[in-house]
Amino acid sequence: MSAHETSAHEISAHEAALAAPIAGAAPPAPEAPRPGLARFLGSDLWASFRRSKLAMGALAVTLLLFGLAFAAPWIAPQNPYDPAQLELINSNLPPLWAADGQAPFLLGTDDQGRDVLSAVLYGLRLSLIIGLLGVAVSGSLGIALGLVAGYFGGIADALVMRIADVQLTFPAILIALVVDGVAKAAFGGALDTNATILLIVVSIGLSFWVQYARTVRSSVMVERGKDYVQAARLIGLSAPVIMVRHVLPNVTGPVFVIATINLALAIITEATLSFLGTGLPETMPSLGTLIRTGNRFLFSGEWWIVAFPGLALAGLVLAINLLGDWLRDALNPKLQ
Amino acid sequence: MHRKTALLAFGVALGLGLAAAAPAQAANVFRFAFQGDIKSLDPYSLKESFTIGMHGAVYESLVTRDKELNLAPQLAESWETPEPTRWRFHLRRDVKFHDGSAFTADDVIFSAARVRAAGSNFQTNVPADAEFVKVDDHTVDMVLKKPNPIAIHQFSTWYIMSKSWAEKNGAVAPSPASAAAPSYAALHENGTGPFVVTEHQPGVRTVFKKFPGYWGKVESNLDEAVFTTIGNAATRVAALLSGEVDWIDPVPLQDQPRVESSGNAVVMAGPELRTVFLGMDQWRDELKDASVKGKNPFKDPRVRRAFYLAIDEDTIAKRVMRGQATPSALLIAPSLYARSGEFKRPAADAKTAKTLLTEAGYPDGFSLTMDCPNDRYVNDEAICQAVVSMLARIGVKVNLNAQPKAKYFAKVLAPAYDTSFYLVGWTPSSQDSHNILYEITGCRGDGKSGRGGWNLGNYCNPKVDALADQVEGETDPKARDAEIKDAFDTIQAEWGYIPLHQQALAWGVSKKVNLVQRPDNMLMLYWVSKQP
Amino acid sequence: MLAFLLRRAVQSVLVLAVVGLIAFSMFRFAGDPVNQIVGPDTPVSERAEIRRSLGLDDPTLVQFGRYAGNVLRGNFGISYQFRQPVAALLAERMPATLELALCATVFALTVGILMGVYCALRRDTALAKLFQAVSLIGVSLPTFLIGILLIFLFSVTLGWLPSYGRGDTVRLGWWSTGFLTLSGLKALILPSVTLGLFQMTLIMRLVRAEMLEVLRTDYIRFARARGLTTHAVHFGHALKNTLVPVITIAGLQLGSVIAFSIITETVFQWPGMGLLFVQAVQNVDIPIMAAYLLLVAAIFVTINLAVDLLYSVVDPRLRLATGRAA
Repeated sequence: MSAHETSAHEISAHEAALAAPIAGAAPPAPEAPRPGLARFLGSDLWASFRRSKLAMGALAVTLLLFGLAFAAPWIAPQNPYDPAQLELINSNLPPLWAADGQAPFLLGTDDQGRDVLSAVLYGLRLSLIIGLLGVAVSGSLGIALGLVAGYFGGIADALVMRIADVQLTFPAILIALVVDGVAKAAFGGALDTNATILLIVVSIGLSFWVQYARTVRSSVMVERGKDYVQAARLIGLSAPVIMVRHVLPNVTGPVFVIATINLALAIITEATLSFLGTGLPETMPSLGTLIRTGNRFLFSGEWWIVAFPGLALAGLVLAINLLGDWLRDALNPKLQ
Repeated sequence: MHRKTALLAFGVALGLGLAAAAPAQAANVFRFAFQGDIKSLDPYSLKESFTIGMHGAVYESLVTRDKELNLAPQLAESWETPEPTRWRFHLRRDVKFHDGSAFTADDVIFSAARVRAAGSNFQTNVPADAEFVKVDDHTVDMVLKKPNPIAIHQFSTWYIMSKSWAEKNGAVAPSPASAAAPSYAALHENGTGPFVVTEHQPGVRTVFKKFPGYWGKVESNLDEAVFTTIGNAATRVAALLSGEVDWIDPVPLQDQPRVESSGNAVVMAGPELRTVFLGMDQWRDELKDASVKGKNPFKDPRVRRAFYLAIDEDTIAKRVMRGQATPSALLIAPSLYARSGEFKRPAADAKTAKTLLTEAGYPDGFSLTMDCPNDRYVNDEAICQAVVSMLARIGVKVNLNAQPKAKYFAKVLAPAYDTSFYLVGWTPSSQDSHNILYEITGCRGDGKSGRGGWNLGNYCNPKVDALADQVEGETDPKARDAEIKDAFDTIQAEWGYIPLHQQALAWGVSKKVNLVQRPDNMLMLYWVSKQP
Repeated sequence: MLAFLLRRAVQSVLVLAVVGLIAFSMFRFAGDPVNQIVGPDTPVSERAEIRRSLGLDDPTLVQFGRYAGNVLRGNFGISYQFRQPVAALLAERMPATLELALCATVFALTVGILMGVYCALRRDTALAKLFQAVSLIGVSLPTFLIGILLIFLFSVTLGWLPSYGRGDTVRLGWWSTGFLTLSGLKALILPSVTLGLFQMTLIMRLVRAEMLEVLRTDYIRFARARGLTTHAVHFGHALKNTLVPVITIAGLQLGSVIAFSIITETVFQWPGMGLLFVQAVQNVDIPIMAAYLLLVAAIFVTINLAVDLLYSVVDPRLRLATGRAA
């Protein structure tokens, strides 16, 4: 392929990756070689971490919330997903410290008599699972396509980048509506909750792969011309082996930053999908579903139904974003 | 220099714009918002309460319904039945359409044909066998093939259109759903009512202005009424609380205290005619999406009774509906059937329910899927969730499939009737029990007759169908009520449906406004007054 | 050079065709439009007749072919719910969305750049850290919740700003604008902030990062060495260099702002294209949905193409490459 087309793509990819709705996950300047992940875990990163109180706080909050989410089935007073445990008589109770509060509902109950604390713990768990799986799907898809596009160039590259263009035209919400509609039509009846989770994960995966693909692609384009890749090719290593073993480690840094910030975004997207009615059912609420349903009670004075899930979500996403932020700065040699 | 000129130009433009926007202030304007929109101005295109009510401000019918929903004269000054199959209407003489043309018998005959033409959504409002005959310019006869005591019961929403206007504007046929070109009548109106539509932006806003040439006296003191769609409930309530609108519908149950305590608005609540109920699939030989294979548990009346008894409607009405619902033993609202007081809802009894399930061969219960809309009725999804948790206590595991109404109705309605257990609300459009006995509890058969069109679980008892046919032609009100009672008794004894409640209407109304709330949930602009 | 542009143009058309096909075929699954058209009493036979007359029984490809042909002739069909041409409906709603997107972008640019510059120049002050943390909240709460909180605060509690709609609009030809009335301007504030918050955070952080990088370059060091004032260095040189990518990205983002206005428009009942789309989804109004998706795709592709063009003009590496290739 002619040289000018490649460079034009590179530039627009660079800009578009910046423009993509991830908070400031700047991809690397193509001309600077990226250090591998192994090297980050050396003393520089640790030292930078020790210097940043904000990063330490963010990590502490993140770990705490991950821990709570993991332990939810053991520490929650109620299983909010088991309808037999909900008593309508206990609905709309305020938190324990308010005048009408009732034990054991520390943070009050919602309109179905669901314990808000338990719902937040389980919802946190569900939101995190969806976020992590969504990031895993979009990450693997994006990295794979980015590697292929960057390494082979030509038609493969044009194809992947045009698909990326098409994809970028559709906000995640639209993709989710589509995937949801197609699946519901295909399966005919109701989907069980696991299938719904899978659907949301696929929707998120399909929405966010482009940033990975573009970042990986532009890095790979730089790496591909380097001597060590040429050497690997000369000794007869196959393309997949070269890509995975030699090229991939050099792009892990930026990918990790994108993944962190995408995790936050995936959790928010799930919440927005709930707002538009394609999220998880109210019988198995994630944080987003809890906020959507609780949102109805904002004017009526039953603030605890929306406030606690809202705080949990904001806290989680904020902590992850701060971590991603710090990580990006720490991995950027120019800012050292 | 250039910059200054541009600034100046902007300032002038701003001033002009502000000046242009100012004059509307002097008039007495009523602003109101509904969760949905006025889909079309063609009065025969969509049978939906709010839209029909809005059409009622610009169009009029021969016979209308007054504030208590009694039949009352409107374009027909009076009517009589010289023989059981002949109805004679004496038309008002001083009526003008909004385009200035006079209202005559020809317009009635034209409208009778148009409302029953293909593409009309109001075909059943006028009996199919009725023939309209012009006696003179201001007298029309309706000739029926067999006697029908409720022949004019749905006339109040059969609005009269102008023949000459429709012919001139190519709107003779009702705006068909499949229109290849935009319909004139969907975007313009020419009624005889007290208001004219001066602006209609579908889905955004519609502006009504007083019609100076109106024949009658109007209670309303409005000069103008501006309608806006506000779909989001929180935004709608906020608009009322901040005084940006004078009327909203609906007010979510939980926001009612807040509206009441705001000082500038009140909640007007009254029982609605719609009954919300649960239906069960008694048609398929194997229940869809359920754990029981090879048979359908709902074919066993004990299972249906177990479901009925497991659901504690009183708690649903108190908690989920916050007291704004009337538990119902019937599929029809008490005000629409004189003897409804004789029916009692059996008290909730989870223990008996569990025993019944064991007797029926399901000691450990079973699992099934429930279909539920989540944007159609008041707190629909919350009701379904409460049902799910009540059934869980007798061992029935329900997988709740709550969806927006577009998807929900596509799934559960004809032709697929793809549901095992569902929630629906129904208002009989004729305000009469026969509609229920025909649409909801009538046997579907091969589906060609239209009977049982909304009998999604196909509850079927030929005795009920026979009674329904008897009710239709019965002219003696007492015998009629007895036949209806017989039919409802039969349905209840077989636990054919699980009626839940009549939901309460909840309008949010500014304290500056005086208006009438009818149980059919229609807002009639001609009864709205506002302190200027 | 010309070949490159031509190829990009052809690719853009292909993108649009694919979007059209996807948009069209996916909504085959979104529910049955017939139930939205007719009332509950309509018999089954009539429903079938409507299905047939709408062409809903034909194979999907035939339906798409018919649709694509009409689109090429400028006919996007008739909306099922409004019974009006879709093109007219979209044209009527477009000014609302574009004005909202413009205001949101202007808000994001102004506040984002100011905060970004401050954070870069006073990197270690408490205020800079506060800005960064606060800006993160904008991306840590779902848009719909932010919108509702703003309504709750500014409309219901304080009563300062309207909670819904565009206020009074003035017609300038076919364009209806909210810029010329007081109520129109007031109505723009909350939705613009809600919609722009995300972009604001993005721009703030981009400006900060770019500024920090530029401040380290030799070019700035020389400027300092030449004895220029700090003010001149910061704003005359550093900021100027930062702004080019920032404005490019704001331009590129305009497409997504328009697409993402769906949620903001829903919360504020803003009568724009996004709200029309959401209503169309709820009512399974396929012609509106398909036309909206095509429009968003077209806007996006156009912006992308324009940026590519701009770069091929501006970037010296490209010119060099072209020279060599020629």
